[in-house]
Amino acid sequence: MKFLRIIKTIFLLDFLNAMLIAIKEIFKSKKTINYPFEKGQISPRFRGEHALRRYPNGEERCIACKLCEAVCPAQAITIESTERDDGSRKTTRYDIDMLKCIYCGLCEESCPVDAIVQGPNFEFATETREELYYNKEKLLDNGDRWESILAANIKADNPFR
Amino acid sequence: MDNFFYYLNLLFIETYKILFLLIPLLVSVAMIVWLDRRVWAFVQKRRGPNVVGPFGLFQSLADALKYIFKEIIIPASSNKVIFVLAPIVTMTLALVAWAVIPFGESFVLSNINVGILYLFAVSSLGVYGIIMGGWASNSKYPFLGAIRSAAQMVSYEVSIGIIIINVLVCVGSLNLSDIVLAQEKIWFIIPLFPMFVIFFISALAETNRPPFDLPEAEAELVAGYQTEYSGMMYAMFWLGEYANILLMCAMGSILFLGGWLSPIDIYPFNLLPEPVWLIFKILFLFIIFALVKAIVPRYRYDQLMRLGWKIFLPFSLFWLILTSSYLFYFNLLPTS
Repeated sequence: MKFLRIIKTIFLLDFLNAMLIAIKEIFKSKKTINYPFEKGQISPRFRGEHALRRYPNGEERCIACKLCEAVCPAQAITIESTERDDGSRKTTRYDIDMLKCIYCGLCEESCPVDAIVQGPNFEFATETREELYYNKEKLLDNGDRWESILAANIKADNPFR
Repeated sequence: MDNFFYYLNLLFIETYKILFLLIPLLVSVAMIVWLDRRVWAFVQKRRGPNVVGPFGLFQSLADALKYIFKEIIIPASSNKVIFVLAPIVTMTLALVAWAVIPFGESFVLSNINVGILYLFAVSSLGVYGIIMGGWASNSKYPFLGAIRSAAQMVSYEVSIGIIIINVLVCVGSLNLSDIVLAQEKIWFIIPLFPMFVIFFISALAETNRPPFDLPEAEAELVAGYQTEYSGMMYAMFWLGEYANILLMCAMGSILFLGGWLSPIDIYPFNLLPEPVWLIFKILFLFIIFALVKAIVPRYRYDQLMRLGWKIFLPFSLFWLILTSSYLFYFNLLPTS
């Protein structure tokens, strides 16, 4: 046995075998995706960039209950609210500091009206810090832009909640 | 006055020649980095750099641009003069050695009679850049990396030297062109195959490539002697390293694979110009270098030393005696 091992070592048989395997692997299909041009599958539960949704008639969903502000472990959310002329309670300010946010999804979990949600978008890198202090307009705009996907995701995830 | 113009003319001609060698060399170093990363990625079933330019060919140029615009940080406690000098020494020595590499029968910058000795001397000096960098950084990881690389390069230089002597007893000349021409009948890889294998492994150790990349073992030493370097100075180390790898590949193809000679001296093969064959051989060796990087785990330091001193050195000495005895007994010793 020992003799065989010496032969193996002297003639670098293990090494040659590894070389053959490496050359075979070169011609196999790639296991990684070509990222910026093709993207991986994302679960409907994916917790990406935040968005504030609206009802189909254009009314904001958020009722300023401040549950998300209370539950946020990173204290990234700041809400100020007032009573509107029609007697409903609405937010005047809804800020999320995306740099503080830890993307835990608790805000989405706590929201009773599905107003604040985390969408599938994770490519929102910016060049300055200021651009990542999201305000209400930005979040509503996100909601309008991603609404179809957000609604579909919520529907897809619903049976499992 | 005539004399002055004569020398001026000479200066211009030599400068052109040097640029004609250096610019393609630097471009090919950039390409070879791309090839290295690409082969490594392919073995691991990744894609590797494929965005910048066709097939990602210009990735290295983009990297170089990034390095140029990055800030050069010089540590406060470092020895500033030596710190700045170290990458310059590494790169200069890696490029200077190319002066004697013959790309063809009359296609060589300086056809000196002690070419192989010069090559060996310059590649031995390469360790100074690394030691200077490691020492001048005045920090523990670079220092440990520099010590390791000094010991490693010195050990493997010895066996490379004896392997070169092996070839020299078959040729009877130190001139690189003569070494290539001596292989017209048969490449030295066939009679001296074990020496070629040992040369290849020693070359891996000499250029700090995996599995012998202990000087920059990232798991233990951050980046070894390069830890404190940044920006263009880091890029110069990196260029020097790859130029050295290419040099080792060129040395291997000149000593064992018949340099610029075509494998078979028949019609379709001998149409290609001579440098193309040398480039093919260098590329072939480099691809094996890149494959080795992908398939082998790193050596432990005592194993590295054992391999160098207890196995390669005695074995190459034994083979040297064998070769010279054979040549002497059958009266085949080259007479010049």
